[in-house]
Amino acid sequence: MKITGDEVAHIAELSRLEFDAAETEQMREHLETVLEHFEMLDSVDTSALSPTAHILDTVNVLRPDEAAEPFDRDRLLANAPETDGESYIVPRVLE
Amino acid sequence: MDYITTIGLEIHCELKTATKIFCSCPNVFGGEPNTHCCPICSGFPGVLPVLNKKAVEYTVRAGLALGCKINEYSKWDRKNYFYPDLPKAWQTSQYDLPLCGAGRVDYRLNGETRSVRINRIHLEEDAGKLVHEGGVTKVDYNRCGVPLMEIVTEPDLHSAEEVVAFLEELKSRLKYTGVSDVKMQEGSLRCDVNLSVAPEGRLGTRTETKNLNSFRAVARSVEFEAARQKKILSGGGKVVQETRRWDDGAGEGYSMRSKENAHDYRYFPEPDLMPVIMTAADVERIRADVPMLKNERVAKYTGQYGLPEYDAGILTSDREIADLFDGAVELGAAPKKASNYIMSEVLRKGKTEGSEDVTVGISSRQLYEILSLVDNGTVSLAATREVLENIWLSDKSPAAAVEELGLKQNNDSGAIEAVLKEIIAANPKVVADYKAGNAKVTAFFVGQVMKATKGKANPKIINELLPKLIGD
Amino acid sequence: MNDILLLSLTELKRKLDRGEVSSTDAVKACLNRIDETSGLNALITVTAEQALARAAAFDRGELKGSLAGVPIIVKDNISTAGIRTTCASRMLENYVPPYDATVVKKLYDAGAVIIAKANMDEFAMGSASQNSYFGGVKNAVDSRRVPGGSSGGSAAAVAAFQAYAALGSDTGGSIRQPAAFNGVVGFKPTYSTVSRYGLVAFASSLDQIGPITRTVEDAAAVMNVIAGHDALDSTSADIDYPDYTAYDDSLRGKKIGVAEEFFGAGLQSDTGAAIEKKLAAAEAAGAKLVKVKIESFKASLAAYYVLSSAEAATNLARYDGVKYGFRTSKPVSDYVDLYYKTRSEGFGAEVKRRIMIGNYVLSSGYYDAYYLKALKVRTLIKQDYDNALAACDALVCPAAPSTAPLIGARTAPAEVYLSDIYTVPVNIAGLPGISIPAGSDGAGMPIGMQLIGRAFGDRELLGLAVGMARL
Repeated sequence: MKITGDEVAHIAELSRLEFDAAETEQMREHLETVLEHFEMLDSVDTSALSPTAHILDTVNVLRPDEAAEPFDRDRLLANAPETDGESYIVPRVLE
Repeated sequence: MDYITTIGLEIHCELKTATKIFCSCPNVFGGEPNTHCCPICSGFPGVLPVLNKKAVEYTVRAGLALGCKINEYSKWDRKNYFYPDLPKAWQTSQYDLPLCGAGRVDYRLNGETRSVRINRIHLEEDAGKLVHEGGVTKVDYNRCGVPLMEIVTEPDLHSAEEVVAFLEELKSRLKYTGVSDVKMQEGSLRCDVNLSVAPEGRLGTRTETKNLNSFRAVARSVEFEAARQKKILSGGGKVVQETRRWDDGAGEGYSMRSKENAHDYRYFPEPDLMPVIMTAADVERIRADVPMLKNERVAKYTGQYGLPEYDAGILTSDREIADLFDGAVELGAAPKKASNYIMSEVLRKGKTEGSEDVTVGISSRQLYEILSLVDNGTVSLAATREVLENIWLSDKSPAAAVEELGLKQNNDSGAIEAVLKEIIAANPKVVADYKAGNAKVTAFFVGQVMKATKGKANPKIINELLPKLIGD
Repeated sequence: MNDILLLSLTELKRKLDRGEVSSTDAVKACLNRIDETSGLNALITVTAEQALARAAAFDRGELKGSLAGVPIIVKDNISTAGIRTTCASRMLENYVPPYDATVVKKLYDAGAVIIAKANMDEFAMGSASQNSYFGGVKNAVDSRRVPGGSSGGSAAAVAAFQAYAALGSDTGGSIRQPAAFNGVVGFKPTYSTVSRYGLVAFASSLDQIGPITRTVEDAAAVMNVIAGHDALDSTSADIDYPDYTAYDDSLRGKKIGVAEEFFGAGLQSDTGAAIEKKLAAAEAAGAKLVKVKIESFKASLAAYYVLSSAEAATNLARYDGVKYGFRTSKPVSDYVDLYYKTRSEGFGAEVKRRIMIGNYVLSSGYYDAYYLKALKVRTLIKQDYDNALAACDALVCPAAPSTAPLIGARTAPAEVYLSDIYTVPVNIAGLPGISIPAGSDGAGMPIGMQLIGRAFGDRELLGLAVGMARL
């Protein structure tokens, strides 16, 4: 599987990561190596198999619609890099 | 050339559960920023979701009210994108196996019945709110995790008029089922419009106008977008597939930055939530919670009860009103009287100015009793207004209120006759008018008797006595 | 070294309850040992003050429970309210959780004394515990070597007598492989028996918390505290949980499955020989060896990296510099720029690699070829292991293809991934697996033997492991 620098850039965008030229090349090589290893999957005949998203066969794990005490806002905001004491603050979002 | 406009809708509807979809935080509108939040809905490291049973049941109930097939097996998926209103950077939603499958909704427009096919209804979580202020954006996660139902229609609509008529029907059904407040002004009902224009028989390129939050905005945006696309096409141009926004102030739509259009949501099965199985028995249990809907009630009121279409429309405009009416009739009230009383008195009292909300402050039993008290002459119709004030939003019996307020009607003919005689004696000129055939002066005598008896004399008796006494 | 430290958890508990040892003495001995062995860099945060206060409370008779007074270490990806939980990442360097993980709550309820948070590979991604923002961890047996990973800090700490037990997390071998490298016991329970609530997610469908201890008995004692249904975790098993210490440790008549796929190329000869030796001893003790087939074995590593990276890519998307953790100090033009800079500076190289792989396999056009395919291979792997385990009580194989390599010896990520070959299928199939010491190689480095049991057969597996450990 050949990976191009543009593909790395596209996946980096989906990942919200930025790489300089050298990092991009390293990442490109890494992706190629790993994807080559993934070809191992093609050797397995899965035509008769359905996918297993969950290893458990549990279903209907549901919670009653009962409210709990709200969490203290100060404790939620305590870890935030920037707040006004009420809200998280981010640089202006343009819609 | 003749162009056909084809419209499909995606309607987001917040469910009226007590708590959020995946945590026990209260599901209430507004509030101080981040006060209806916990580590789960704020997307903290290590937290896990647990699905709210009622949110699932409400979605199924809504599905049944929209004629949808309920899927026996449904599952959860992560829809991945980065935005500050989405703390986990994914929205938990249902991708390929939603709770509800295909359905159909009939609606009325200009006296005829039309229909829209429903493609699916899935359940997901709402995102937070961003407030842009002073060069920064403030992030409030109160709305994060509010259960949100997405209703996707097939492209069966062709005009703004149809869209609004369908939405009215949809809104009524959602309100009737009790799953949502469907308040567009609070954002509990939002609509995305997919619209394409093409010459008949051909497929057009569609655009999506997002987040319309009033029926008026929906209608205007549909008209705007259809006209815009027609203009492009008649000029020989091509419509670009894109996501657009509607600026209600300017009355025009605009394209969102192209970057926002390049979404790759990378859906995949949510490993932290187990699938939902809805057995036939579960569906039947939930079906029992689906009330009789507006259209069915209108048919009953106009057919069985012989009410005018207009009255039936008003009575069914809100499920609470219709329930009030149905309950009173069931107890034995005459449909026409109950209907009149609701329309003239209950709604006068229950409507708040500037709001579509109606407060129904009495029960069916109270309404039935009021009507009975009027019927048997215990209280005058006019005096019930005071009774209504007195018992509003309480479980007090109307009879007790009549007693307490001293509104009991005077049915003593002898006493009324004595009063009336005095009034006749004191007003010879009016008596002459009466004798000359001026029926209008009847009201004068009734008014005078009422005044003298503090409104308690039974007007029926006055009306009976009047010709007898004056004719003597 | 203080003699108290040489006690097993079970022995210490007995002495604590008889009043022969005070919790304060045990905690102080551990804290001293932590100082002496600080060169291992096994810990990120030491909670000496809180630990001593709790020990004193136990000594006053105020703490009750099956782990009351016992010093325990918790991996730093398990949330502890009021104690920073870094995941060994710059991204969470100063993050202090506002809530306790369910396992932490259970430890507290059982009276345990948490004395430290263990170093690890960043966000549990790695097999050597060298991918840590706080520096790499060293092997407790030979400090020139890696301790394995990702729970390398937990394993090295227990092996170095810094505590009597540690909690680790295991997504593809992260408890069993470092336990093997340090000559201690590492147990990954059946998926869903220990709540994941509060475990900072790497790959949700594979992650499982488990104990690292010096004896199998101790692992069972910790399981009695941490296992159990949790309403906060939708994947938590709602079953009757057994007394994990009430196991049958006899080997007589037990069927031990051996797959020839387990002994192929790439297996270090000393490791292979040590496992064979153990198997022969088990046979001599009355166990029966059964040949089984795991044809999907070779494909499991690829399936694991597809599935775990995909889940990781979304689980780690929340770190964006808005709600908690690191935020870039560079000027940013808008929130998108804030995301790019924060994530690029806050994550280490291996985490970025996994995120990239994960987003690649989930991205439009590749989902079916990689992710969906891996989910189907997962079905096959589960079938293979279930079938094999239908014919035996447990499977035996190495915990890792070789003993601990020298730090810096293996650097190519794809090569490093291979060290998980024996452990990843167990996570893919959701089974319980345990690594117990099985001798050492020519260089004196510990060899780990892995036993794999049936789903929810955790107690039976522990019993078998006790029997095998005794050989």
